[in-house]
Amino acid sequence: MTNFSRRNFLKTVGIGGAATVAGLGCAVPGGASSARGAHVVVVGGGSGGATAAKYLKRFSPDMDVTLIEPNATYHTCYGSNWVLGGHAQMDDIAQTYDALQSRHGVKVVQDSVTEIDPARRTVKTASGSSMTYDRLVLSPGIDFRYDAVPGITAEDAERIPHAWKAGAQTVLLRRQLEAMPDGGVFVMVAPGNPFRCPPGPYERASMVAHYFKQAKPRSKIIILDNKENFSKQGLFMAGWEQHYGDMIEWVPSSRGGQVEEVDAANLTTISDGGFTTFKADVLNYIPPQTAGAIAMQTGLAGDGFWCPVNQMTFESSIHPGIHVIGDSSVAGAMPKSGHSANNQAKVAAAAISRELAGLEPLSPSTANTCYSLITPDHAISVAAVYTYKDGAMAGVAGAGGVSPADAPASVRQMEAIYTKGWYDGITGDIWG
Amino acid sequence: MKRSRILAAGIAVSMMTMALAPQAAEVERGAVLTTSCFACHSIDTTGNMPNLVGYPRDLLVSQMQAFKDGSRPGTIMNRLAKGYSDEEIVLIADHFATIQ
Repeated sequence: MTNFSRRNFLKTVGIGGAATVAGLGCAVPGGASSARGAHVVVVGGGSGGATAAKYLKRFSPDMDVTLIEPNATYHTCYGSNWVLGGHAQMDDIAQTYDALQSRHGVKVVQDSVTEIDPARRTVKTASGSSMTYDRLVLSPGIDFRYDAVPGITAEDAERIPHAWKAGAQTVLLRRQLEAMPDGGVFVMVAPGNPFRCPPGPYERASMVAHYFKQAKPRSKIIILDNKENFSKQGLFMAGWEQHYGDMIEWVPSSRGGQVEEVDAANLTTISDGGFTTFKADVLNYIPPQTAGAIAMQTGLAGDGFWCPVNQMTFESSIHPGIHVIGDSSVAGAMPKSGHSANNQAKVAAAAISRELAGLEPLSPSTANTCYSLITPDHAISVAAVYTYKDGAMAGVAGAGGVSPADAPASVRQMEAIYTKGWYDGITGDIWG
Repeated sequence: MKRSRILAAGIAVSMMTMALAPQAAEVERGAVLTTSCFACHSIDTTGNMPNLVGYPRDLLVSQMQAFKDGSRPGTIMNRLAKGYSDEEIVLIADHFATIQ
């Protein structure tokens, strides 16, 4: 509890300060300075976790909120394709935790959580410290299933980047693209559903094509997909044809896109029982995904790969007291995106604040907006509004959808301007 | 000792209620609903979407209705506005009008 609320309390109940302090001394281990506001620990400082920490303090200023995140600087996955295309620099997608601490009163701890004990409500960290929580918000993003396809392991990511968590992997892939000779082949293996950022692989192909068109126009981009269709497909393919001719080739599962094995040493993928191979100059293997490692380790995904939650509060269906938000959660029709994580964080923060105040949770309403650049001046978007219905977040019928197929260049350009505006707006909402 | 423990526990519970109760008013439906808008319409004046902090209530209602019925063209708000009921639009407008 802060001094402010203690004063309020004393005034309200109208009893002597000395007696109260004596009483507190008994009640609170460690003395009167220990907070009596609830302690909420947030694990993970990405779009979900940072938003949750900020909005918990916004909704309940007297709550103690601790955010645990290993990195001092966080690079957003959204925007990282722009770096690959040479349209943005790493600094443009870097976020820090200064404002969360100085403006919003969140205690930010640079550490990583190694263990969660749901029964004792404690977390342990790599540095050896341990803390208890009244509520835990877990936003650990994704982890990779390198065991899904033989011939490639997590260690190979140093040579065959996934670049699906932004940072060093983004820089590595960019360097490989820069080093590739003109006329080379960039092969991307897109992940199977569900995965982080459904339009991401196709925006990536667009941005790499934007770079190739300027720097090495004889090069080729091949997307190997285990799907038969993908997000904003019509808009992407029309944009590719318009700007890049036949530079980008999308290979669906039925035409050899289902990669069955990787020959990592030779940067070659194998499909169709060995009858189809693709040899890459730069190989970008994006593995199938699971909930973040700490969520899996804590058993929050049960027998599956993602964490089931009560979608009204995002509290785990498996371990009460833990709210799982963002990519790791099963969130009905909401895609795994930074925007979804941001909105889910607000739902969870409101539910926690209300519950600690003795109030029932509200029926949530959330939205998702996702912009993709095909060129720096040609963007497309998909949007949706979700409400809680029959136990899950469901899209509101008649709302949302993708950019119109027949929009003029001026609308595509307007959406490109809003793409940057969206980035600045949402990162301000999360880390500002 | 026993008595003081009970007293202390009672105080702790009261204090928690006191500390949190004044905030509960802010975590009402309109406030939570509107936080969804903040993702693009930042209240920290970042980004290039229109700043809606303190926006006139009736104007926000009429513009949302115009996006919803298609009479005001848009790139994305025309798609999003259709996801909100008339009641929700009023709740959002009320909340934007009150924040500073």
